[in-house]
Amino acid sequence: MTQPLALPMEPATWNRGRVGMACLIFGESTFFSVFVVAYLFYIGKSASGPQPSDVLEFPVFATVCLLSSSATAGLAVKALTQSNTVRAGLALALTVGLGAGFLGATANEWFGLIYGHGLTIGTNLFGTTFYSLVGFHAAHVGLGLLMLTLVLGGVLGGKVGAGDSERVEMVTWYWHFVDAVWIVVLTTVYVVGV
Amino acid sequence: MSASTETRVPEAAKRTTAGWSQSLHDWVTTVDHKRLGILYIAAGFFFLVIGGVEAILMRAQLAVPANTLLEPQEFNRLFTMHGTTMVFLVGMPIITGFGNYLIPLMIGARDMAFPRLNAWGFWMFLLGGIVLYMSYFASMGLYGAGTAPDVGWFAYAPLAGKAFSRGNATDYWILGILISGFGSVSGAINMVTTTLTMRCPGMKMNRLPLFVWMMLVVSFLILLALPVLTGAQVMLLFDRFMGAHFFDTQAGGDAVLWQHFFWFFGHPEVYILMIPGFAYASEIIPVFSRKVIFGYSFMVAATIAIGLVAVGVWAHHMFTVGLGKGLSVWFAVMTMIVGIPTGIKLFNWIATLYGGKILLRTPMLFCIGFIGQFLVAGLSGILLSGAPLNWQLSDSYFVVAHFHYVLIGGLVFTIFGACYYWFPKMTGRMLSERLGRWHFWLFFVGFHLTFTTMHVQGVLGMPRRIYTYPAERGWEVWNAISSSGAILQALGVAVFLFALVQAFRRPQWAGPDPWNAWTLEWSTSSPPPAYNFLTIPEVRSRRPLWDLKHPDDPDWEHE
Amino acid sequence: MSSSRHRERRFGKRARPQARARASRAFLGLLAGQGVAQADAGGGTPSLFLPVAEPAQSILDYGTLLVLICAVIFVVVMGLLALTVVRFRASAVDDGEEPPQIYGSDQLELAWTVVPVLIVIVLGLITAGRIVALQKDTPPAGSLAVRVVGHQWWWELEYPDHGFVTANELHLPLGQVAFLELESEDVIHSFWLPQLSGKLDVIPNRTNTMWIEPQKTGMFVGQCAEYCGTQHANMLLRVFVHAPEDFERWVRDQQQEARRVAAHAEGRALFATTACVNCHTVRGLSEIGSFGPDLTHLMSRTTLAAGAAVNDEARLVDWLTDPDHIKPGARMPAMKLSDAQIARLAGYLSSLE
Ligand code: HEA
Ligand code: HEA
Ligand code: HEC
Ligand code: CUA
Ligand SMILES: [Cu+2]
Repeated sequence: MTQPLALPMEPATWNRGRVGMACLIFGESTFFSVFVVAYLFYIGKSASGPQPSDVLEFPVFATVCLLSSSATAGLAVKALTQSNTVRAGLALALTVGLGAGFLGATANEWFGLIYGHGLTIGTNLFGTTFYSLVGFHAAHVGLGLLMLTLVLGGVLGGKVGAGDSERVEMVTWYWHFVDAVWIVVLTTVYVVGV
Repeated sequence: MSASTETRVPEAAKRTTAGWSQSLHDWVTTVDHKRLGILYIAAGFFFLVIGGVEAILMRAQLAVPANTLLEPQEFNRLFTMHGTTMVFLVGMPIITGFGNYLIPLMIGARDMAFPRLNAWGFWMFLLGGIVLYMSYFASMGLYGAGTAPDVGWFAYAPLAGKAFSRGNATDYWILGILISGFGSVSGAINMVTTTLTMRCPGMKMNRLPLFVWMMLVVSFLILLALPVLTGAQVMLLFDRFMGAHFFDTQAGGDAVLWQHFFWFFGHPEVYILMIPGFAYASEIIPVFSRKVIFGYSFMVAATIAIGLVAVGVWAHHMFTVGLGKGLSVWFAVMTMIVGIPTGIKLFNWIATLYGGKILLRTPMLFCIGFIGQFLVAGLSGILLSGAPLNWQLSDSYFVVAHFHYVLIGGLVFTIFGACYYWFPKMTGRMLSERLGRWHFWLFFVGFHLTFTTMHVQGVLGMPRRIYTYPAERGWEVWNAISSSGAILQALGVAVFLFALVQAFRRPQWAGPDPWNAWTLEWSTSSPPPAYNFLTIPEVRSRRPLWDLKHPDDPDWEHE
Repeated sequence: MSSSRHRERRFGKRARPQARARASRAFLGLLAGQGVAQADAGGGTPSLFLPVAEPAQSILDYGTLLVLICAVIFVVVMGLLALTVVRFRASAVDDGEEPPQIYGSDQLELAWTVVPVLIVIVLGLITAGRIVALQKDTPPAGSLAVRVVGHQWWWELEYPDHGFVTANELHLPLGQVAFLELESEDVIHSFWLPQLSGKLDVIPNRTNTMWIEPQKTGMFVGQCAEYCGTQHANMLLRVFVHAPEDFERWVRDQQQEARRVAAHAEGRALFATTACVNCHTVRGLSEIGSFGPDLTHLMSRTTLAAGAAVNDEARLVDWLTDPDHIKPGARMPAMKLSDAQIARLAGYLSSLE
């Protein structure tokens, strides 16, 4: 069984950026799993109130923001590949705006919980698991938002163009991941947990 | 075919020597995978000596019953720091170091995929180690309940919670490991990416050296397991600093949840440490038997199988918490199943030896010692996995014997073997064969004196982590033997350190391929130039240098 | 049995002058043929190979089977390895030839996969059977209930059906199943009596259950097996297995309220008016303390502070002077009393038989 001498290098779908980002996302998902498991484990075990059903409202606005931001992020990458920097900039700005909307909604929710219902991380097991899980997700949204803002700045300043669409796509992978985590968090906290 | 020949680098390409401040600067700022690899390994050995000294102190305290050498808390700190150091600051960096050094060379690449991330990972690891040891000086905390953590290397809740562990010692434990964990995770991302994307032409996945395959599996396990520990430690930090209640039993928190989290990390972790040992053995044994590895694809499959099963066995560390019948049965049987793929490996190594021309050079001595000792260690693991027997043996010295058999008899032995094997590649110099033999025999005898006896202490009912024991228990003879063995081990390590110095004071030059080996790293000069290969090699089989040396009977005709 | 007092060397103390003097006294005692040698009538080595109860006996049988299977595997594989290495060692003169290259064999791979699979199936079935047989979730009829509460670093032992509490020394009747409920007051401990049963963790917010069916009278030792802080090493346990009538007698003694000896009235008054009563219960005097061991029948125990020292008046004086001397880190503070007060207290305590 002789082999042909000239073999192609690895196909471009498996370039460094993609594999690296995929690995990062894999590691991040196991990190989140721990907090999800802890949340599920402690549902209904708080010794004292408030309980989730007393204080949580389904976060429609935040969810709409975050889910649609995934779509706009996708559009941005597509536009960038087609060298349409104006459209890409618009889509990115929209993404950042929607992400910020999500964070705003979370901040608002927390404000209500802390000052309205007196729920802090130390109140009971619900507070402990809720703030950790939702908080870590929000922190990741913040990180993604920071990266997207940098990209947006680059696009507006003309430093990021079609040639960088690959790298921008990696940033949006991270963003899609954060989005997917939200779906899990949403189900855990606002559907299963109440 | 001729591609590999050209990869030999002319002598002129060797590094020139610079002034010490310049070379210090070069080492600190380096992003070269080879230098980072050496830094990782050197740091690992540095911590091995520290952890070893801690072990010697413990053995001194336990040598006789009712000893008053150490205060109880001093002893408790020692085993905590010893276990933590050995696992996180010795095992992890050394395996990462060899992976870093060898993966690019073995797959014909010029560096790792993310060189700067690589450097960042090393310095994070070192920072973590420093933070952990800072606790000895800096953690007096509010209550004066200071110095190093004394909660054991798995820091069970609620003992590690604020209520029972005052001061900041435990916080240093958490932060030290958490930070060094970032290093490990970034290293794993790097290794996976390098292996998947940077292989030279012809280096298909089914031609990867077994070393690289095994490091790939290890990297996935790191990505799977380490973030779990990080998450759990973050929870513990929240408990300790922000009044959260994850593991706070006084507010309804659950003590067993921490154990689940810790061992969901902890069990894959022990394979993260052991599979690299398998990796070194899988490279060394063929070369010193002068035979191709037996059953390559079965070795790969067995490694993957171990990785998969390893994820579902964690609660065998928890048989005594009262798991209930169903879970006890599940975890006992799953644990025994791990023996099957592990056995496959063992048998393939023996089959590789069989019919070979076995050269008992120092690396091979360590590997043969490893096979025998790992067999014993695995079988004592099987005994522990029988839940009813575990109810007796758990948390006794039998467990201490089991895990030192795997960690030293398995991992440390193969690490020493790997050092003798790859040192010539890393430095261009051979390590003395004569000192190597001294090292092996001292360490071998010391190891068995210390740890073979510990099985007995365990069966005689001696629990682990006790700083003292009464005289009438019948343990004193065995403990005295254990302690004396530790001295021989220390002598063995000292001989090794001396051999390292010797290699620089009176160099014996190695040349590019001193062992007449077959994988790509031996095709370039020793030490390799910064760019590894002058021209990127092309391979057509698993043993490119064999093909080169035996053009009449190349490997690809058989694979 | 319980009245026989043993001389025992103290261990785990700091090397202070006083302690050293005592150590040399112990050494002299050793020369005189007392001390260590006779310390543990009936205690000895808590070896798994000397079971005196169920389930320890069954576990030993099961373990022996496992060890045998593993020993066979060991002999076969180690033999193969040794023979191979000896047989195929390279000869001193190298002919420069490489040996035949053998790349693998599917038949062999199959063989050494299938055989271990079969072994694992056998092991798994035996193990599952043993697990199911040895775990009892509900108390068997006619069993003796005992509640075990782990504390840093001593054991509280309650006999709920008999209405009393003791510490550190478990008394059981021969031939009757004891059903133990294990709970913890603070951190995780583990209850381990190697010769009687396996160990089981003692976990806060949880109740674990364990059963023991003693088959031999005598005194047997065990200890806490899960690291629980500074004095984990001195969280020892003793079990006294009595003939049923002896056990009954012991129970009746324990049910009495604390003795009042007129000669120790002063000491008793001192005890009742110092902080002692905040932590210790002496039935008939004060029952509010629960942080430390119940002292009602202190002198019925052979050891002090969970096995840290022999229980006699001299050691009581030491203990009350500074518990840290005997058990560094113990959760009982030095009470800073005068020597005279301590003597009176110790006198009173040693009257609590
Ligand atoms: C390098 C690390 C390493 C490795 C590889 C292993 C491998 C194994 N370990 Fe070990 N283990 C540790 C490190 C490791 N362990 C550590 C550190 C601890 C203690 C942690 C602590 O508490 O501090 C521990 C504790 C530990 C326990 C818990 C003990 C307790 O605390 O109660 C158990 C119980 O099941 C166990 C089992 C096993 C088994 C079954 C294997 C198997 O993988 C072994 C498989 C190998 C073989 C079986 C031999 C070869 C096979 C054949 C020849 C085939 C034929 C054989 C059969 C079919 C049986 N280990
Ligand atoms: C890779 C892991 C690893 C390694 C290599 C070792 C190595 C050793 N270990 Fe360790 N051990 C653990 C991992 C490891 N251990 C873990 C995880 C625990 C559990 C901790 C816990 O319970 O929390 C443990 C616990 C543990 C205990 C149990 C403590 C207890 O439960 O009370 C003991 C007791 O004897 C012990 C002994 C030893 C000894 C004698 C060595 C020896 O092999 C060490 C030999 C090495 C040296 C002696 C190096 C010193 C070299 C020199 C001194 C050279 C001279 C210097 C110059 C010339 C400069 N170890
Ligand atoms: C702050 C609580 C506290 C106070 C106050 C206290 N003790 Fe204790 N005592 C303990 C604890 C806890 C132990 C168990 C120590 C151990 O074994 O680790 C103990 C153990 C003892 C023992 C040994 C019991 C045994 O069964 O082994 C005696 C005797 C004793 N105390 C007597 C006293 C006397 C007398 C006083 C008052 C002068 C006193 N204690 C005050 C907490 C206290
Ligand atoms: Cu209680 Cu260890
Ligand atoms: Cu394990």
